[in-house]
Amino acid sequence: MFYRTSGQFKTTYESDQALFPIKQDMILLAVILAAMYVVFPMFASEFTFKALLVPVLIYSLASLGLNILTGFAGQLSLGTAGFMGVGAYACYKITSIFPEMNVVVALFLSGFFSAAVGVAFGLPSLRIKGFYLAIATLASQFFLVWLFEKWAWLYNYNASGAIEVRTMDIFGLVVTGPNASPVVQYYFVLGIVSVVTFAMINLTRGRYGRTWKAVRDMDIAAELVGINLMRAKLSAFAVSSYIVGIAGALMVFFWKGAAEPNLFDIPMSFQIVFIAIIGGLGSVMGNFLGAILIVALPVVLNLLPGMLGLNIGSATMEHVNVMVVGSLIILFLIVEPHGLARFWALIREKLIIWPFPH
Amino acid sequence: MTVMEQTLEEAKKKAEEREVLLDLENVSLSFGGVKAITNISFNVKKGEIRAIIGPNGAGKTSMLNVINGFYQPQEGVITFNGKKRKSMKPHLAVDQGIARTFQNVALFKGMSTLDNIMAGRATRMKQSMFWQMLYWGPARQEEIEHRKKVEEIIDFLEIQHIRRTPVGTLPYGLQKRVELARALAMEPELLLLDEPMAGMNLEEKEDMSRFILDVNDQLGTTIALIEHDMGVVMDLSDRVVVLDYGRKIADGVPEEVQSNQEVIDAYLGLSH
Repeated sequence: MFYRTSGQFKTTYESDQALFPIKQDMILLAVILAAMYVVFPMFASEFTFKALLVPVLIYSLASLGLNILTGFAGQLSLGTAGFMGVGAYACYKITSIFPEMNVVVALFLSGFFSAAVGVAFGLPSLRIKGFYLAIATLASQFFLVWLFEKWAWLYNYNASGAIEVRTMDIFGLVVTGPNASPVVQYYFVLGIVSVVTFAMINLTRGRYGRTWKAVRDMDIAAELVGINLMRAKLSAFAVSSYIVGIAGALMVFFWKGAAEPNLFDIPMSFQIVFIAIIGGLGSVMGNFLGAILIVALPVVLNLLPGMLGLNIGSATMEHVNVMVVGSLIILFLIVEPHGLARFWALIREKLIIWPFPH
Repeated sequence: MTVMEQTLEEAKKKAEEREVLLDLENVSLSFGGVKAITNISFNVKKGEIRAIIGPNGAGKTSMLNVINGFYQPQEGVITFNGKKRKSMKPHLAVDQGIARTFQNVALFKGMSTLDNIMAGRATRMKQSMFWQMLYWGPARQEEIEHRKKVEEIIDFLEIQHIRRTPVGTLPYGLQKRVELARALAMEPELLLLDEPMAGMNLEEKEDMSRFILDVNDQLGTTIALIEHDMGVVMDLSDRVVVLDYGRKIADGVPEEVQSNQEVIDAYLGLSH
């Protein structure tokens, strides 16, 4: 009734290939964007920014990067956190070598470093597939974290061995460091995530997306329709690692403020793989749904007893948390193995014909 | 001269007059000690429908794989469009105008029919990543141009109703048709069909035969096909080459081949 598509006719290929051919989708997106850009900043507290909104956005971006590689191009990777680290350290070095540089420019430049590293570690994908490739990317994970620890030049020979983000401003507005206001940082992250997401939606529905999906679904057939497998796989590694690198730099510069090498260790790689799988492989929107489930839900659950006036110890709550989130993950995977994005697609299909199912 | 003989003569003459598009000379292919193809020579002429038949394991599919560059023959010379080829890769074959379909449907199962056919035009699309990320300007223009072409093919093969359906959910007969559409999207000069009617019912076979004739007739595409249904082969093709155990045992217009003793022996078996 509310989602009915009858009466929306397309008479040109332009309008048929528009980003949102259905009017209701556009309205829904407009509502979400308005909430993100206007409503949340008006009401959210500092804690909400730091613990909920910014982390969800950053993890969504990292998962989007992984999804390009695993969901669209079908190349399994377990090295996401390592590539995030490359982005973060690259951004750190760029901003310390060129202190005058705009931090956003540095951010987008640092993506190229992680892209280059990603392509280098993507080379084995030309010969191996599936689990074997996953092991190869796992090797990159170990190697990169080791490198962040041992190569002192990367953290400017700090005694602590960690990188710390200094205060930087853009046109007088403090955006990084301890003095930055959470709202400003939130807007920066939101802006960058929006731009990258928009670009990726377009990229995945065009030639590159089709090439990647062709390689994923049947690489031999892809080769025989004239797709150059090497170029397709390496471009997926490059784009994926670029986004993941930006996500890593955002994480350190606009959220955590400082980072030690072990931040980029395997647990984070796995967390991002979970987000991508639960959100839905081969979907852009799924990453956001997955990040809400895996990153935001535990935070909300932690707060819940306090809000309800229950007196539960934080240690107990921690356990309950793990149990609830874990069983939700299993439940969602049983109900819809293709992830939350497919779940939404089914709901939307039902809504389109509702209330007349025939 | 009887009427039969007259039509036979005419068919032969028609075949003689055509230009050679693809020429294979003494091609041999082996995997380790197994000889898949031994010393085979034949040609495909412009505008004809050329059938390759033979019992199971005769080397028919290997033959197609050699033609579109998936296998490298150890010996022999292959000339396509007057050019001798040296080493070959499948994507180079596509650039030269050779497209194919597969014995077991090889579609991209997670993608819609439209995307599958669009993927067939991947090598023709040139816009940079930058414009594609914006989906604006030249990239959008290019998408629309190719979409138009693809829609023509969709109309041609009468698959409008499944445009948006993921191909993994389609019935087998339609999947075969989508695969043909993807091959046509490459605008090939030579189209290789590997058992286009395998596993189809009569109605689907008739549809497919009609499409093959239409493609040949209206688009002027040269077709080389492998098929087991002798009725289809004899009706559709201009010339037939018969393989058995990797060797060529007969070559000619269907009537000739049908009456060839060696072919009959190969198909029915010979008492030793």
